[in-house]
Amino acid sequence: MRLRSRIWSWVTTTDHKRIGILYGVSAFAFFLVGGLEALIMRLQLASSDNSVVSAETFNELFTMHGTTMVFLAVMPLSAAFFNFVVPLQIGARDVAFPRLNAFSYWVFLLGGLFMNVSFLVGAAPNTGWFGYANLTSSQFSPGLHVDFWAIGLQVLGIASIAAGINFIVTIVNLRAPGMRLMRMPVFTWMTLVTQFIVVTAFPVITAALVFLMFDRTFGTNFYVVAAGGDVLLWQHLFWLFGHPEVYILILPAMGIVSEVIPTFSRKPLFGYAVVVYSGLLIAILGWGVWAHHMFQVGLGPIADSVFAATTMLIAIPTGVKIFNWIATMWGGKLNFTTAMLFSVGFIAMFIIGGLSGVMHSSPPADLQQTDTYFVVAHFHYVLVGGSVLGLFSGIYYWWPKVFGRLLSESIGKWHFWLTMIGANLTFFPMHFVGLLGMPRRVYTYDVALGLDTLNLVVTIGAFAMALGTLVFVGNVCWTWRKGEAATANPWDAAMLEWAIPSPPPVYNFSVIPTVKSRLPLWSEDGYEPKPLPEDPPGPIHLPDGSYWPPVTAVGIIVAATGLLTGSLWVALAGIGMLVVGIYAWALEPFEV
Amino acid sequence: MTHAEATHRTSTGLDSRKIGMWTFIGSECLLFGSLISTYLVYHGKSVAGPTTREILNIPLTSISTFVLLMSSLAMVLALAAVTRGDTLWTRVWLATTAALGSVFLGFQVYEFTAFVHEGLTLQVNLFGSTFFVLTGTHGAHVAVGVLWLLSLLVRSFQGKLGPEKALNVELAGLYWHFVDVVWIVIFTVVYLLQ
Repeated sequence: MRLRSRIWSWVTTTDHKRIGILYGVSAFAFFLVGGLEALIMRLQLASSDNSVVSAETFNELFTMHGTTMVFLAVMPLSAAFFNFVVPLQIGARDVAFPRLNAFSYWVFLLGGLFMNVSFLVGAAPNTGWFGYANLTSSQFSPGLHVDFWAIGLQVLGIASIAAGINFIVTIVNLRAPGMRLMRMPVFTWMTLVTQFIVVTAFPVITAALVFLMFDRTFGTNFYVVAAGGDVLLWQHLFWLFGHPEVYILILPAMGIVSEVIPTFSRKPLFGYAVVVYSGLLIAILGWGVWAHHMFQVGLGPIADSVFAATTMLIAIPTGVKIFNWIATMWGGKLNFTTAMLFSVGFIAMFIIGGLSGVMHSSPPADLQQTDTYFVVAHFHYVLVGGSVLGLFSGIYYWWPKVFGRLLSESIGKWHFWLTMIGANLTFFPMHFVGLLGMPRRVYTYDVALGLDTLNLVVTIGAFAMALGTLVFVGNVCWTWRKGEAATANPWDAAMLEWAIPSPPPVYNFSVIPTVKSRLPLWSEDGYEPKPLPEDPPGPIHLPDGSYWPPVTAVGIIVAATGLLTGSLWVALAGIGMLVVGIYAWALEPFEV
Repeated sequence: MTHAEATHRTSTGLDSRKIGMWTFIGSECLLFGSLISTYLVYHGKSVAGPTTREILNIPLTSISTFVLLMSSLAMVLALAAVTRGDTLWTRVWLATTAALGSVFLGFQVYEFTAFVHEGLTLQVNLFGSTFFVLTGTHGAHVAVGVLWLLSLLVRSFQGKLGPEKALNVELAGLYWHFVDVVWIVIFTVVYLLQ
């Protein structure tokens, strides 16, 4: 009974801290699934003419690896930090809409499970994470593969947009007194920028997917060439979403690094305002570069030139940020904790990935590199070397705040070095493999290509990274039992989340702080911050839990299942549940 | 660090739900932007089936457009009534807004049926696909708006929609006006600029 009520309290929770933990745990589980998919692919490619998996399975593996890592691992892992950290950094008691927050989580979780159920029924998506038309048409992709993918992405889009609105409102409207915009921690800033990209980019893929689903279900002509349709419509819409999506994946990690490096350099972030404006500029420019994913379709010299130029331009704000981080470390009292190592690793890896990115901003170069492993090398340097290292940095940095215990530093260093060496061993040789002519997304290669050795090295690197991840899991288990208890501010960091106990009490702040500077916990110019009182002076109203957000989320997934199976009754049942959920949600007494 | 009172005051002084609604509307702009762009990109690209000139009935849709515009006026009056605590006129104007929205939907149902009889279906050509998906998505938005307004009407009859709840009407109003504005764009792009 006690266990049951404890589970129930997690299901109905609206506490941003608990939802953050739920996001983190679920996203890490999906991260392991996506990693497993990658390992199977690497086993297949470890030698030429291998037959670990069939070509069909290989298609499913790379499609689900990409989709899982983007939508089910990196995005929700970032969301875990948004949830846990942002309200604490701005001095709030919760997000603006706590129930909507719970709803986002449940929709994300169910949407992720929905997509992965496809493996169990032998119909996993198999057309690549970008699902190019008209490969996705009923004619070329019969069966449920593409339906799982398209409907699953629609469902995940609902979760992302709902969370995006929630965090924009939270950051705009729930800041503690004195927390002016230009006093906000950079992580909060990057969260805000990311959410603006989310709420503007996701509707575009929603429209593209609606067209796809109509084509498949009702026989419309959006991507039907015979009816005059243009398959490039999909590519334009997809990359209009897809390129901003890249910044959705990287900006949160940049925000984390901007917190970690100043803390362990004992210096305020160099050029705070420039870092913030660079983030904004990246988001804005990110909208004008999508066609660099499409150079090979032949857009013409003018379009190619424009998109090459905008792509090169985006390297400027990105480079500015890198210089700012390095300048922050310059002359600082550096403390190479695991979190700091991951952040420094992030900078190094991101520079490599950024350089190869600038290389294929040039159309003639891109035409040589596109669809080869060179591109795979590039985006894994920015996504694994960038996003994933940044997120791990955040995990080591905020773990003591979340759970009240410090992750082991000695195990953490093993984790870091295995990941770092493994990632370079995996992705660096891919540059050569690609330039020597090995295409992406092909399940095997001929021995005559002479790429067996390099591919074996790549596979070994992938397993080293997997070992690093296992070491991390071991670190978590060890810390759970024997980890050193954390004080409120174990790193002597400057931001508000460190002003309250670790783990934070349910009400976060005993009294809402008034912010006087960008570094509220560091003394500056003779100003000495005073600690918050240990106990709140009066009772604090906290919202109760609610089970309507998960009910509404289940309604959506039931409706999605009805759509998938073409069963009107199931779809109607789901919509009914959704409507009941929304009304009950709107009418239940719930005071924020 | 000094301490301030824990109050419900927000950073901007605006209610969070209002900013949330504006953000949602911003997001919706991109959805309709994508749908309208697709319509324009495919305009005149159909290889078979009826064309816009053969199908679209501008006088008829002008009437339904006028009806939808008037519903926005009723919406404004409903908000004014609920703000000053005038229960009777709150109900009258909410009901009027919902009724005008329903009339608009009725016109759309009639229009869709007539078009299908004239040979314009979802499948027949690009015009059919883009037209029905674009206007259908808009119609679905209107339908959600009508349900929302009727729900507010029910709350009013339950005595749960006093001036302190005026924000609830304002939020529905923001949504309603947005859907209305989108229709003006669609009407211009699809019907007037053939």
